[in-house]
Amino acid sequence: MSAIYIMWLRQLKRYFRSKPRMIGSLGQPLIFLLAFGFGFGKIYSQSGRGDYLQFLAPGVISMGVLFTGVFSGIEIIWDRQFGFLKETLVAPVPRLTIMIGRTLGGATVAMMQGIVVFALAFLFGFRPQLQALPLALVFMFLIALLFTAFGTALASQLSDMQAFPLIMNFLVMPLFFLSGAMFPLEGLPSGMALVTTLNPLSYGIDGLRASLGMASFYGMGTDFLVLSLCSAFLLVVGGYLFSKIQI
Amino acid sequence: MKNSIIQVENLTKKFGDFTAVNGVSFTVEKGSIFGFLGPNGAGKTTSIKMLTTLLKPTGGQVLLDGKDPVTDQAGVRRTFGIVFQDPSLDDELTAQENMEFHGVLYKVPPLLRKSRTEELLKVVELWDRRNDLVKQFSGGMKRRLEIARGLLHHPQILFLDEPTVGLDPQTRNHIWNYIRNLNKKEKITVFFTTHYMEEADRVADQVTIVDHGKIIAQGTPAALKKKARAKTLEDAFIRLTGHNLRDEDASNAETMRMMKKMWRR
Repeated sequence: MSAIYIMWLRQLKRYFRSKPRMIGSLGQPLIFLLAFGFGFGKIYSQSGRGDYLQFLAPGVISMGVLFTGVFSGIEIIWDRQFGFLKETLVAPVPRLTIMIGRTLGGATVAMMQGIVVFALAFLFGFRPQLQALPLALVFMFLIALLFTAFGTALASQLSDMQAFPLIMNFLVMPLFFLSGAMFPLEGLPSGMALVTTLNPLSYGIDGLRASLGMASFYGMGTDFLVLSLCSAFLLVVGGYLFSKIQI
Repeated sequence: MKNSIIQVENLTKKFGDFTAVNGVSFTVEKGSIFGFLGPNGAGKTTSIKMLTTLLKPTGGQVLLDGKDPVTDQAGVRRTFGIVFQDPSLDDELTAQENMEFHGVLYKVPPLLRKSRTEELLKVVELWDRRNDLVKQFSGGMKRRLEIARGLLHHPQILFLDEPTVGLDPQTRNHIWNYIRNLNKKEKITVFFTTHYMEEADRVADQVTIVDHGKIIAQGTPAALKKKARAKTLEDAFIRLTGHNLRDEDASNAETMRMMKKMWRR
């Protein structure tokens, strides 16, 4: 238990001490909110769907969570390169415990990033219903957990940062763009519909929208179930891969 | 063997068709100080990694306090502490936080953790800098912190992989005195590697010299000197391992450091 706590605490300390990273990772959501929120706003409202920013904001919040989460998971590669990973790998604590601690820490950090993006969106005019805010936080945490575990599982298989651009461009970017973050899921061409249905992030964003008082596509229960199952699955897989790391 | 705490039988590690460790066998007696010497690339660190559950051997058997690092990782990890050859600190944490982190992972009780942290940071003269981030430390300071951290919990076996590399004679002396004291008082078995032969001569009860993954000599420092008909252990070492220079694979840590800086911006 104390090992989980100290791993969690470490992730948080690293996050708060890295101000450039905190601020830097806000750049992307900011651009998306501005460029798309206001850029496409007119077209969207002309098609009779209302205010695009209200629709887009949960997607961009999820993007902040997704990127920070995957990134936190992937930090293992740095720990490996700079040696700190060894310190945790030989400790007399089950590696699963280590992995869970750092994943919870990473997920907490990712969720906080989501909250910051939330506040930013609010500043630009995002006005959701806040009665079910705790539920929205639950969904943000599930997205964070899912993708931090995803990053951890990936990173335990990589020995250096060479593959990082590959992961960003061929996994994380598609996960985001093919998720319904930017567009409604209704009436998609069947191929696209299949892809978004297979993408766990779709359920995260859908659940977040639903909990903020917007229409849900899959239903909140389904969203919750899919996210929880995927997170549990990735935690188990990540834990297993992490326990097999050799240096 | 009477009372041996480390038993290594025919230990082998291959990376592809390169054999890093080639049928190495030795035993370390409980409570002794054991020097594991050899030129760069001889297979010392690879051997230590296999002893400490970080790497699976290709062949052979290892027992630490009767436990096998392949089948009983958790059991083995409870028996030892280690100071790695290359850095393993978290440089976004302070010196004290690094100590605390280690203490929690190794289940050192809070009060003992506090008092020992203070004692050790004073030994390595970092107490005044305890609240500074490790990334502001010089190479030597990091090394000293690394050693202090390794000594925070008192395991049965302490692995020290070139612990004193890059440190000045005063500090080295200081640290070795502390370790020897620990060895005597708490009967901690010390397994170390070093390139400072006079260090090995002074502290080791038993010495094993490896080269190209094989053991080429074993015995007390005095016996090795006698065997090689050399005045110092250094002369004996050179006589036994030859004059050729060794290469080691360069790591890409430097590239990584640059990458990290770029990503952090």
